[in-house]
Amino acid sequence: MVVRLASAVVMSRGFPLLSGVDLEIDRGSLHVVTGANGAGKTSLLRLLAGLDALTSGQGSVAGVDLAGGDLRLLRRRVGWLGHEGSFYGDLSVRENLVFAARALERPLPDVLSALERVGLSHRTDTITKQLSAGQRRRLGLAWLLVRRPELWLLDEPYASLDDAGREFFDHLLGDVLLGGATVVVSAHDPLRSSELEPRTLHMVGGRVQQS
Amino acid sequence: MTRIAWLVATKDLRIEVRSRVLLWQVLPFGVIALLLSGLALGPTQAGNSTAGPGLFYLVTLFVTLLMINRSQALENAPGTRASVATLGLDPAGIFLGKALALTIELWITGLVLLAGSVVVLHTALIGTVHALPSVLVTLATLAVAGTLYGALTQGGDGPATLLPVLTLPAFAPLLIAGERSFSAALHGGALWEWWVIVVVALVAYTAVGILLYGVLEES
Repeated sequence: MVVRLASAVVMSRGFPLLSGVDLEIDRGSLHVVTGANGAGKTSLLRLLAGLDALTSGQGSVAGVDLAGGDLRLLRRRVGWLGHEGSFYGDLSVRENLVFAARALERPLPDVLSALERVGLSHRTDTITKQLSAGQRRRLGLAWLLVRRPELWLLDEPYASLDDAGREFFDHLLGDVLLGGATVVVSAHDPLRSSELEPRTLHMVGGRVQQS
Repeated sequence: MTRIAWLVATKDLRIEVRSRVLLWQVLPFGVIALLLSGLALGPTQAGNSTAGPGLFYLVTLFVTLLMINRSQALENAPGTRASVATLGLDPAGIFLGKALALTIELWITGLVLLAGSVVVLHTALIGTVHALPSVLVTLATLAVAGTLYGALTQGGDGPATLLPVLTLPAFAPLLIAGERSFSAALHGGALWEWWVIVVVALVAYTAVGILLYGVLEES
């Protein structure tokens, strides 16, 4: 079990972002978190990434206790792709990935193969802020490919992707799952892919209503 | 820790070279502020004034505040903070790296402003050169302390307004010590006793930053 939450509550300035989530996610599975704006999709993913702290309840992610464990260790084990740009805008595509690779002591050839995998090998020297929104998504995926996390947390990854991009993304997710990683995706709508067989978690008002 | 520090410092400096904020925004602001200071003294006062070192450090303070905010803003772009947080970098390394990059940027700015003070405020060239080591150490201390206070104010509702208020008590002794050292280099007097204050502060802020930067980031 990669994720286990029991009555998980996350508060921010007195407002409940998550109000009692019970959830279990198996290793190597794909989950899609759906729900309206403000339902708690991003908050759930941020909790799983160790970016927000658990206010009450219990939980563990990738073997790290959310209540009292080392969240820095957890963050190293998960990969986060937010719906905003996720990089240093004034660095080039390659420089951003080299920064991540060096930080995690990954071999630098991984950077080139990741860029090739996401179709950005012709953009290595482009300054990141000059990329289109869809290309930034692909760079985000390359960042995760370099990092090779055991849990992929993707917040609205289909935003800004055209049909070709969505298809590419679904293929990539399939490969990631075959590699044994676990993937949690937030999306407004269920996945359209015919290749992937995700389990859908529907959120309403900070709770997982159905799964 | 040193590996991460070097990684973060080179990243920050590369971004600075690429964005040219230091060259096109900070340095012109500093030079104009220095020029206005010289004009405020007036042509008859500038040559003989003992206010040169104080005005130099006043302008340096303004520039330092700008650069601290700039240094922290690099990490606070939407999405960047979360992505970089999931790299799980050693916070002590981040602190040292950001402080090192800020120190180098402040040294470049300081050298330009020192040259400007010779031209605009008519501080004696030889004395200004003698003051250079103390100025560099004071600027490094401002950078280290500023990195610490910058982390304290980042992510709040009004970091740009909070930073000067929070740093004033911390920077005041450093600026006074720096000004006294500069004046001593120009006009003679005890130089080393002011150096001691700055060096002790540099060591203390570095130690506190290494220990507490992670806590500040998490909060």
